[in-house]
Amino acid sequence: MEPAEILSNPGGVIGVGWLMIALPLLGAAVLLLGGRRTNKFGHYFGVLMVLASFVVAVLAFVQILGFAPGERRRGVSLYEFIPGVADMGLLIDPLSISFALLITGVGALIHIYSIGYMSHDLDRRRFFGYLNLFVAAMLLLVLADNYVALFVGWEGVGLASYLLIGFWQFKPTAATAAKKAFVVNRVGDFGLLIAIFIIFTSFGSVAFGEVFAKAGGASEGTLTAIGLLLLLGACGKSAQLPLQSWLLDAMEGPTPVSALIHAATMVTAGVYLVVRSGAAFFPGDGTASLVVTIVGVATLLAGAIIGTAKDDIKKALAGSTMSQIGYMMLAAGLGPVGYAFAIAHLITHGFFKANLFLGAGSVMHGMNDQVDMRKYGGLRTFMPITFYTFVIGYLAIIGFPLLSGYFTKDGIIETAMEHNAILGWLAVVGAGITGFYMSRVVFMTFFGERRWDEGVKPHESPAVMTWPLILLAIGSAGLGAFLIMGNRFMIFLGPAVGRPDELPAFHAFAPVGLATLALVAVGAGYAWLKYGRQQVPVLAPRGSFLTTFARRDLYGDALNEALFMRPGQWLTRLAVWFDNRGVDGLVNGLAATIGGSSGRLRRIQTGYVRSYALSIFVGAAILAGAWFVVGTL
Amino acid sequence: MTTHYLVLSALLFAIGGIGVLTRRNAIVVFMCVELMLNACNLAFVTFARQHGNIEGQVIAFFVMIVAAAEVVVGLAIIVTIFRTRRSASVDDASLLKH
Amino acid sequence: MPWLSILMGVSALGALGVAFVKNDKLAKQATLAVSLVVMVLTIVMTVQFSPNGDRFQFAETYDWIPAFGVHYAVAVDGVALVLILLSAILVPIVVLASWHDAEAGKRSVRTYFSLLLVLEAMMIGVFAATDVFLFYVFFEAMLIPMYFMIGSYGGAQRSYAAVKFLLYSLFGGLLMLVAVIALYVIAGKGTFLFPELIGAITDPTTQKWLFLGFFIAFAIKAPLWPFHTWLPDAAAQAPAGAAVLLVGVLDKVGTYGMLRFCLELFPEASKWATPVVIALAVIGIVYGAIVAIGQTDIKRLIAYTSISHFGFIAMGVFAMTQNGAAGSALYMVNHGFATGALFLIAGFLIYRRGSAFISDYGGVQKVAPILAGTFLVAGLSGLSLPGLSPFVSEFMVLLGTYEVYAVPAIIGATGVVLAAIYILWMYQRTMNGPTAESVQGMADLNSRERWVVGPLIALIIVLGFFPKPLLDVINPSVKETIHNVSVTAPASAVAKEGQ
Repeated sequence: MEPAEILSNPGGVIGVGWLMIALPLLGAAVLLLGGRRTNKFGHYFGVLMVLASFVVAVLAFVQILGFAPGERRRGVSLYEFIPGVADMGLLIDPLSISFALLITGVGALIHIYSIGYMSHDLDRRRFFGYLNLFVAAMLLLVLADNYVALFVGWEGVGLASYLLIGFWQFKPTAATAAKKAFVVNRVGDFGLLIAIFIIFTSFGSVAFGEVFAKAGGASEGTLTAIGLLLLLGACGKSAQLPLQSWLLDAMEGPTPVSALIHAATMVTAGVYLVVRSGAAFFPGDGTASLVVTIVGVATLLAGAIIGTAKDDIKKALAGSTMSQIGYMMLAAGLGPVGYAFAIAHLITHGFFKANLFLGAGSVMHGMNDQVDMRKYGGLRTFMPITFYTFVIGYLAIIGFPLLSGYFTKDGIIETAMEHNAILGWLAVVGAGITGFYMSRVVFMTFFGERRWDEGVKPHESPAVMTWPLILLAIGSAGLGAFLIMGNRFMIFLGPAVGRPDELPAFHAFAPVGLATLALVAVGAGYAWLKYGRQQVPVLAPRGSFLTTFARRDLYGDALNEALFMRPGQWLTRLAVWFDNRGVDGLVNGLAATIGGSSGRLRRIQTGYVRSYALSIFVGAAILAGAWFVVGTL
Repeated sequence: MTTHYLVLSALLFAIGGIGVLTRRNAIVVFMCVELMLNACNLAFVTFARQHGNIEGQVIAFFVMIVAAAEVVVGLAIIVTIFRTRRSASVDDASLLKH
Repeated sequence: MPWLSILMGVSALGALGVAFVKNDKLAKQATLAVSLVVMVLTIVMTVQFSPNGDRFQFAETYDWIPAFGVHYAVAVDGVALVLILLSAILVPIVVLASWHDAEAGKRSVRTYFSLLLVLEAMMIGVFAATDVFLFYVFFEAMLIPMYFMIGSYGGAQRSYAAVKFLLYSLFGGLLMLVAVIALYVIAGKGTFLFPELIGAITDPTTQKWLFLGFFIAFAIKAPLWPFHTWLPDAAAQAPAGAAVLLVGVLDKVGTYGMLRFCLELFPEASKWATPVVIALAVIGIVYGAIVAIGQTDIKRLIAYTSISHFGFIAMGVFAMTQNGAAGSALYMVNHGFATGALFLIAGFLIYRRGSAFISDYGGVQKVAPILAGTFLVAGLSGLSLPGLSPFVSEFMVLLGTYEVYAVPAIIGATGVVLAAIYILWMYQRTMNGPTAESVQGMADLNSRERWVVGPLIALIIVLGFFPKPLLDVINPSVKETIHNVSVTAPASAVAKEGQ
């Protein structure tokens, strides 16, 4: 089934859909411009704006459900942005509204959580301002009806991510991580920008409707080029290989930021981009789609391997995020069958990863901001709510039967298996590793003996933090079944991204699913042997070559440093030297030459009247002589 | 006939030129300049007579007037320099040096 | 209404008045008042401009030197109008920002402010002139007030910088003078009026020579690589306000001249030179950015970013597409506001600490959050973040260039990555990290400084989301220019050449 036509603005809530973006933007403006005056109520105001935006999103969702499936794509034009190039407009369809619900829903929970988490921070108001700014930009990204407006949101979330990673900017590591995230993202944005240029020159428009309608007429090469460049953009934003290196450093930001931006929403924007452009540029066969799946599988393995070796709880979870987004990318590269699984996994991942991150934040909150899991242990009795919600998130992510991850991840693995057995088996292996590293996190944190630092008194977090955890845990548990059973989500999403005419049947405990489960069990069991039963050393053991390899993020940073940073620094120094000595040197050299020769000529002016007189006589004699010579000729 | 006048004119001019180049005293240099001017005047008048043309004589008058003006200005400068430097030597007044 | 003469007259009379005010404070207030009046008048004039009417509006033509067909002829099209608007908005902001800048100067405070107003009159004149000779006169005369502003009120190396600036500009100006006179003689029209000279030179060889005369002058003014080395010195030594007018407005005369005079008077030669100019522009974009990364002095860094940005502008002009040229015209305005904000805030920072070296700062964000925040916004506009005005123009320039020259556009687009590095690295070194001892107790922006920065940032954000009002004015004029360029050769031939 092909995607449906984009119909006109139906009015109602969809007609004022821009409120979804405007409300958090207003929140950001008030909090950031209001200054200290808004310190008292700023955090409540920020929460309120996101909640209001959530309400608008829910109402728009309800309105969409009221239309027949073929009439669920609605364009809402707002104003002329760049005349002749792009308009500012919204496309409200099942895909974008799903995202809007996720962003505002999970976003609101994380906002509420942050009230508690950031309560001791003097700059809490600024934090909420940035969070609101992020939500607005993210909503613009997913609701935009053309690539240029999407790009505005795309860079907007990049800015918010920069500001929030560097929120504790007085820490040099945080400032560096923020800058790194922005710069690496810009490399991806460069790809997206070029893709937009090709799209505009090929199709004469950047609006989704027009581009997708005309894409069939373009040459294979153009489509592949656009696809690969879009993928480059997606890789930057979604921390996929080869632009993955910024995500682990991004954990320098406050934990709610890691949950909202670097787990649940922003990093999935790349998947959104691929799925949104899927019908035109990633149809499931062809080079671009193949590369998407390869990138997805490579990243899901790389992320999982990195996750196994990290002792920093947030970095272990960040590795996991990379890996899970790898699954989504893989699915997105599989064509219409995969799109629904990609987005479904994206949504459930949004819930359980936010749940896990906020759980980790709750643990850190009770442990004096300690992030090293080797200094945790035995926390389950001290923070029971955090423990139980964390375990639900954990079971969801490893694909424990009937929890969310089981449905969505298995869907991806089975689809991949049908598409290409190698991809499928690699994805299964990834699931096994997931079982290992997530179990490791749980065992090191909540089980075993206490390895706390002196003076640490673990305690459960306040209700404002635990309630969001509980709500997210409920989502983590049930959402997968709700979306996948009866292909509910695939049918809903069909009008927006297209779907296979024959809906896949859901096999409970298919052979592939059983194999996956078995591998996950092996992984979890191995983790139990190593970190549950055995004592966890407080100081990390040296480990084998492989451990070092994983600890150093598969030498990603070393590679970047050797390939780009060092030559770049060298080039910069060379360029500065060339500019001072070469270009400017040439100019100054010319000036110096003229100055020097005039200095020598100046010596002729002795100041003696008689020598001047002599030169006048000599000159006159020469002139006279010359005149005679010329006269005689 | 006119050749003698011209030779005299050339001699006077040469004497004046050598004086300008060799003497240090500003007054003498000045007089030598006057001598050169008058040598020119003599040449002008001679040629005017030779060609039966009045213009050379007229030019001679102009030269005299210029010379008179020059004396006024020049002497004033020399006197001022003498006052400040207690010397009328042209080599002492080498202020125009680079 | 003779709007343009009124604008110039008000600033010039204001300059005269300010020069004779004995009291410094009164002189400053009077300058501010005059510049505000000019700004209001300019806005009123802009509102009366009808974008789809005649190309040149508010025209005034009087004989000046009838023997040589020289006129006092002023008029504006869309591009000139927005640039005059830019100048008129920037001047009061600069006046307010330079409140204390002239106090350490070699000459009196009132002279500085008087020079500012003289400069304003000339900036309006140079954009408004439709007589080539009059344009040349303003083009050169602008150097005089700027020379004194750098040379008498600048930093430690002000003489070197001022003389370098003057010599570079004069060299270009003289080449242009030769070309202007040759244009008059060869065209044989007996007039210097620009509209009558369009299409007057048909011989390709003559076009090339005259083009070079104009182009080199504009390339030095803009400045284009490799004629750029005067800018970092001049901008770094000039007081912040003068640097803003230098980079924000004066240099725009170069790119404006390319768009207006080079393209329209010498279309064949422009097409002939396009590959070279585009190459220089691309080199400038990448080279300026890389050298900017390596700078240790904040003001020099900003100057090098401008060299990179001028590469974009020149690239868009010579792409000769609607999007490219309109993007360039818009870029000139946006760059004026964005770099203006960056220079002024950097100026406030340097005024507080007394050093322009990046290494002398660190952690300013903690002690002066508003200063740091506005600096970040200005910086982000320098790296063309979407939602801030320079993005729209940079996007249009790259898009317009991509339409005809894909490879240069792609290389130019790497500038977006490099821009992120130079801006954010500078921001990190000055504003982030632990607060350096030397900046402990640094005061945040006071209300005067907030009035300087506020309007600029508001403009940057508003134009970032609503560039349409400016583009609606720019687009018809640019269309005319593009039409005049392509009328001599079929447009398809140009497009084909690019692919």
